[in-house]
Amino acid sequence: MAEADNYEDTVKGKKEVDFAQFEDTKSGLLGRIQHALHVNPALVPLIILVFAIALFGLLLGQRFFSAGTLTLILQQVQIVGVLAAAQTLIILTAGIDLSVGAIAVLSSVIMGQMTFRYGVPAEISILIGFAFGAGIGAVSGFLVSRIKIPPFIVTLGIWQVVLAANYLFANNQTIRSSDLRAEAPALLFLGNRVEIGGANFTFGVILMILIFIALGYALRSTAWGRHVYAVGDDPEAAQLAGVNVKRTLMSVYMLTGLICAVAGWVMIGRFSSVSPSASTGVIGNIQSITAVVIGGLSLFGGRGSIYGALFGAMIVGVFELGLRMAGADPQWTFMLIGMLIIGAVGLDQWIRKVSA
Amino acid sequence: MDQKGISVMEPILSGKNLVKRYGKVTALDHCDFELYPGEILAVIGDNGAGKSSLIKALSGATIPDSGEVYLEGKQVNFRSPIDARGAGIETVYQTLAMSPALSIADNMFMGRELKKPGVMGSVFGQLDKKRMQDFARDKLSELGLMTIQNINQAVETLSGGQRQGVAVARAAAFGSKVIILDEPTAALGVKESRKVLELILDVRSRGIPIILISHNMPHVFEVADRIHVHRLGKRLCVIDPKDYTMSDAVAFMTGAKEAPVDA
Repeated sequence: MAEADNYEDTVKGKKEVDFAQFEDTKSGLLGRIQHALHVNPALVPLIILVFAIALFGLLLGQRFFSAGTLTLILQQVQIVGVLAAAQTLIILTAGIDLSVGAIAVLSSVIMGQMTFRYGVPAEISILIGFAFGAGIGAVSGFLVSRIKIPPFIVTLGIWQVVLAANYLFANNQTIRSSDLRAEAPALLFLGNRVEIGGANFTFGVILMILIFIALGYALRSTAWGRHVYAVGDDPEAAQLAGVNVKRTLMSVYMLTGLICAVAGWVMIGRFSSVSPSASTGVIGNIQSITAVVIGGLSLFGGRGSIYGALFGAMIVGVFELGLRMAGADPQWTFMLIGMLIIGAVGLDQWIRKVSA
Repeated sequence: MDQKGISVMEPILSGKNLVKRYGKVTALDHCDFELYPGEILAVIGDNGAGKSSLIKALSGATIPDSGEVYLEGKQVNFRSPIDARGAGIETVYQTLAMSPALSIADNMFMGRELKKPGVMGSVFGQLDKKRMQDFARDKLSELGLMTIQNINQAVETLSGGQRQGVAVARAAAFGSKVIILDEPTAALGVKESRKVLELILDVRSRGIPIILISHNMPHVFEVADRIHVHRLGKRLCVIDPKDYTMSDAVAFMTGAKEAPVDA
């Protein structure tokens, strides 16, 4: 027995402090690139965005590379951009939200119909729309966090329910631009623009950027943000470490619903009309997921930067407008976007290999 | 001799008549438990003996069907690990409960983040990253884990031993009354295990009692002051490692040998 008991003495006696030292085994250029991406996940989409703008600038010259065109891209991506901000929150918790576009359309319809059918002041209608968005988010959040239904299924259902409710509530009516201008200018507020040089910034674009800055701050510098990442990374570990997982999920889904309602307001400003059949209701979810994935956020949750989603949305916008101006068949856009998605996820797998 | 000394002392954490059933399986069968101040109590038992259930009942991870838990003589009812933590009981789970993609500092303060003083903290909820990083660095170097250079590196870039070290440091930093360690050396190499055992002794020398769940008899016999042998959902006996051999302990926990009556 005695002999067997002492088998660890060799290490016991030696005072070794550096057995657990950090050697940088990942040497070489590739290793350093991987490390940089691991620390700064929004770097790749930013580089792709800059390259794409430079490429189309070279091909199309002044026509593309002007303040007017570049800010036009921002205007074209503002709705998807806001939806992508909302989608980012859900994807960070390892979920997915198929209902973002539908919530946006229903919220815009509620804002419009409250004003025109029920005579509520437009400012109050907007708040009612926000409340509805947050409310739908709360339902999804409850189903995901308490009843433990997978987010994909919950939001697949909510998407259909909300979209149908939207058509039923709106009676398939569209509120026209002239009526909005005459009676409810507040609904069109986000369509206003400021011009700086040749650049056109609509209030909607500015709001989108403010949303990203606010969420970027909240995710990086507040306890809530750290909890969102922890819940997406490993919910059980987060729970044991003292994070209230259910409450975090609930807050994420409610905030997402609210931001979707904001996207509804942005839609009214962008289209100058309120229509229940806006395409956002059907494809807004896929568009926002595309932006988020191209933006380098991991669908497995807990990884990525929200700015990546903004860059992702802008990459799609640059390709769409650039290829259209170059006279290419629009199908080329979809083909390129498809390749980007697969490339982005492949890159995510490589970055995450660092943990192996 | 210290058997007498201990019996006069009041246990800091104790369980009485704890029962926990999962369907038809009785994981805890009227189990008693006592942890005394300043000691390392090892809990050993065969797989399925109910060690984990006992620990979970003490740390708030499960709620026992019946029975009481006392902390410093007062009855406590933990509904969650957060409750137990609030009362000063820190648990290092076998899974470590860390978020791999987040930094060491983030992980140490998960669920109890420090906010900046003033408006930035109270209104905007801004975290005081500097203070958290300094604290984390201090705690790690206090326990001799100074070789972790960058407090902001992701936990997933650490080795198994380093992760365990961070988890123990987290528990030692915040656990004011009791620290529970669940299989701290199970996933580690020989050298890393040594370091963790040194950490455990170091924590005890600060006066914090430790519950150590382990399968590794040499480790248990090396550091434990008393050994709680768990069998068939209850405490079979408590032995002093100086009076028995490892073979005796294994024989007790597997039922190959009758338990000593005096314990």
